[in-house]
Amino acid sequence: MSGAMNFIIAGVGGQGIVLAAKLVARAAMAAGLQVRTSETIGMAQRGGSVVSHVRVSKLPIASPLVPPGRADALLGFEPGEAVRCLSYLRPGGIIIANAHPVAPVSAALNQQSYRGEEMLARLGQCGARLVVVDGDALCAEVGSPQVLNVALIGAAAGAGALGFSVEQLEDAIRASVREKFIAMNIRALHAGANAGANAGASAGASAGASAGANVSGSTSVTTVNQLGLQVAP
Amino acid sequence: MGNEAIGLGAIAAGVGVVTGYPGTPSSEILPTVSKRSPGGIHVEWSVNEKVALEVAAGAAMAGARSMVTMKQVGLNVAADPLMSLAYLGVKGGMVVVVADDPGPISSQTEQDTRTFSLFAKLPVFDPATPEEAYEMIIDAFALSERHGTPVLFRPTTRVCHGNAPVRVREELAERPVPNFVKDPKWVIFPRLSYENHLRLEALLPRIGEEFSAYRFNTLIGSGRLGLVTQGISTGYLGEALAILAEGANQSPEHKLLRLGAPHPFPKRLALEFLTGLERVLVVEELDPFIERELQRLAGEYHLPVTVLGKGSGHVQVAGENSVAAVTRVVADFFGLEPPVSPTCADIVATVAADQALGTVPTASSATPMADSVAVVPPNPHLIEPPPRPPVLCSGCSHRSSFLAVKLAMRRRKAVFGGDIGCYTLGNAKPLDMVDTCLCMGAGITIAQGLHLVEPDKVHFAFIGDSTFFHTGIPGVINAVYNQTNIVLVVLDNSTTAMTGLQPHPGTGDTLKGDISPKIDIAGLLRAIGVKHVEACDPMRFEEAKAAVDRAVAAAATGVAAIIYESPCIHLIPSGPSYVIEEEACKCKLCITRLGCPAILLDDGKVVIDDDLCYGCDVCLQLCPFDAIKIVGAEAQAEVAG
Repeated sequence: MSGAMNFIIAGVGGQGIVLAAKLVARAAMAAGLQVRTSETIGMAQRGGSVVSHVRVSKLPIASPLVPPGRADALLGFEPGEAVRCLSYLRPGGIIIANAHPVAPVSAALNQQSYRGEEMLARLGQCGARLVVVDGDALCAEVGSPQVLNVALIGAAAGAGALGFSVEQLEDAIRASVREKFIAMNIRALHAGANAGANAGASAGASAGASAGANVSGSTSVTTVNQLGLQVAP
Repeated sequence: MGNEAIGLGAIAAGVGVVTGYPGTPSSEILPTVSKRSPGGIHVEWSVNEKVALEVAAGAAMAGARSMVTMKQVGLNVAADPLMSLAYLGVKGGMVVVVADDPGPISSQTEQDTRTFSLFAKLPVFDPATPEEAYEMIIDAFALSERHGTPVLFRPTTRVCHGNAPVRVREELAERPVPNFVKDPKWVIFPRLSYENHLRLEALLPRIGEEFSAYRFNTLIGSGRLGLVTQGISTGYLGEALAILAEGANQSPEHKLLRLGAPHPFPKRLALEFLTGLERVLVVEELDPFIERELQRLAGEYHLPVTVLGKGSGHVQVAGENSVAAVTRVVADFFGLEPPVSPTCADIVATVAADQALGTVPTASSATPMADSVAVVPPNPHLIEPPPRPPVLCSGCSHRSSFLAVKLAMRRRKAVFGGDIGCYTLGNAKPLDMVDTCLCMGAGITIAQGLHLVEPDKVHFAFIGDSTFFHTGIPGVINAVYNQTNIVLVVLDNSTTAMTGLQPHPGTGDTLKGDISPKIDIAGLLRAIGVKHVEACDPMRFEEAKAAVDRAVAAAATGVAAIIYESPCIHLIPSGPSYVIEEEACKCKLCITRLGCPAILLDDGKVVIDDDLCYGCDVCLQLCPFDAIKIVGAEAQAEVAG
């Protein structure tokens, strides 16, 4: 499919994934592209795993679901949820991952600590370009935990993962968000975009020093905002 | 969204009355009509699907166009009026939208409304995309009115919750002023039913003939092989064929039949399709509906064709279809090798396997192990993400209600009947407080059946406020009347939470935002004859527990009821922040009893994640060591002192 891009947005119910998918879809529509998306709505939204599929193309799109191995970008709002969706991502695709883990209740009940680092390490070994974003820091910068979704979309745009400009996404925010929250969300978008752009610029430098050196398809790991991510040698 | 397209299509068709009961994946249709109505459309959340269908039927009898929305299991509740209405017919066009849920993703059954259409002798539409749903519902209203019969409209989850740009019509249909004309034809009697049955049997083949030429029933291609599909599977099949075309082998010549209106079966079109074919593969969700019809037709006309699908074991019989699964079955049908699409998950698995064999150094094997093949060091790269099923939200009053009953009933024999709603999630550990769950309202009545055969146990029935109004009340009347002394626990959170916070008769407002009389659950229970009715706040944990003791004592002589009243957290602002003092923390009871998503283990330490905590203080009330404190409480106390 020419000009086609497939995105998977994965996270935990309550992280604003439905709106994130809507913003990408609106930006694509405004760019004159065909769009199909599919949401997880209902029971899973109560703290369960949530996945949105977003497909854009110049040509008609047959189905709303991204087939295995055909996503170009995976936006992981939670590291473990990104790992769970790796089967959608094509080798050589890009992952924008929030560093902050959300522990499922099952982890505490089984007396386990849940660590995002382990999940991020896996993301670093999958043959994709990995951009890790400190979503907490971005939210703190903007002053609201509610803007995580928009900040991560911004990071994806900044890293060049979406094929849309930040301005196109700004328009989508104006069309999708209630008046009084527009300014805050646009700030979050730019904060995310800067973080994503910085990551994109330094990606080449860190490639080869990362776990990806051993993997088919070059993997580069980039950390943002001094996260200090430790990745296997 | 597909559901918005359906709502907008109904508006374009000139719908006058829209009713429904919320249920995933159908819940967004009604609010769309309400929000986008140009005026003059009555939209209501009805008490249940049966009521909703009857209200819509009345409007259609007067000549208005009406629509009723529900999920597939809602149709079971509405089956009684629907079966009879098929015989009686309508004057204005009436569309019954029933959203099916292959998977199932959030439902009790994988029932197929197309099969229901066969049973009810009603036409059914089955859209493949949101764009098509918009056009098709306009067609559905027209067909319903033309033939004076209600019609079923059956989108599935991926159509309902799929999004695509939809071109909407500028002009809305002009409608005549409704006028109910008195006529014996509106009164169902055995004699009339017999006559109407004859009429229906004559009508269905005529509509089937219309469907043979219907714009969303299409036949293309040629050859001796045939593919058949419907609904969202149309897209999966299209994509599967495109994927196969990427491979070395070209798909052989074939015919492709796609049915967007499968009942009454478009026999002429199907015969045209089957003629000259050797083998046919049917890809559909959920029942092998088209597959059976084609087999019947092949038998009737002695056609030498083999119809493959679910019945032959070629296609999965349960769950939703996917591009990957459809690609496999179509490749198999064509005798092609499906192209392999490598994924990042495959690469991770390869790396992990190499690490397990010691061929790739791992983070934790910096010091080489002597026998690294036999003893695999703990390897962070092999850790799978832990399962993440849906859970009760942090701060949810249901958690506190369940725990109050659980602790009050320790060392007593009790069975905890659950029902449909967010509180079904009370089945998860550590609460483990849902022993039965069947369908809307059944918790109350199943508890009675259990109690009749084991009267020495205490039988609880937990039910949410919206479910109580939906189908809970007759069950309580039955318990009082037959003196089956269960303990009813109404979990009143002032909303229909699971499906997206819809109002209901107990909330005091309507979908349109109008203020309405608030129906008092306690007063209603007393009027029914429940002698012991006690309302209390489940967030005051000790009081909630004490209420259980009183209700269980009262249940010795009659049906007893507790109403735990505390609004859903989505309706109230969050509370203060809490912190766990490390030195004081000793027992982990908050983890082992509450299962709150905001209470975590960090290196063996219990901590509260401030982002996830909603600021209820149930953990604080529960902690026997006073280890949980409000953040800033000391400073506040000092200022006050």
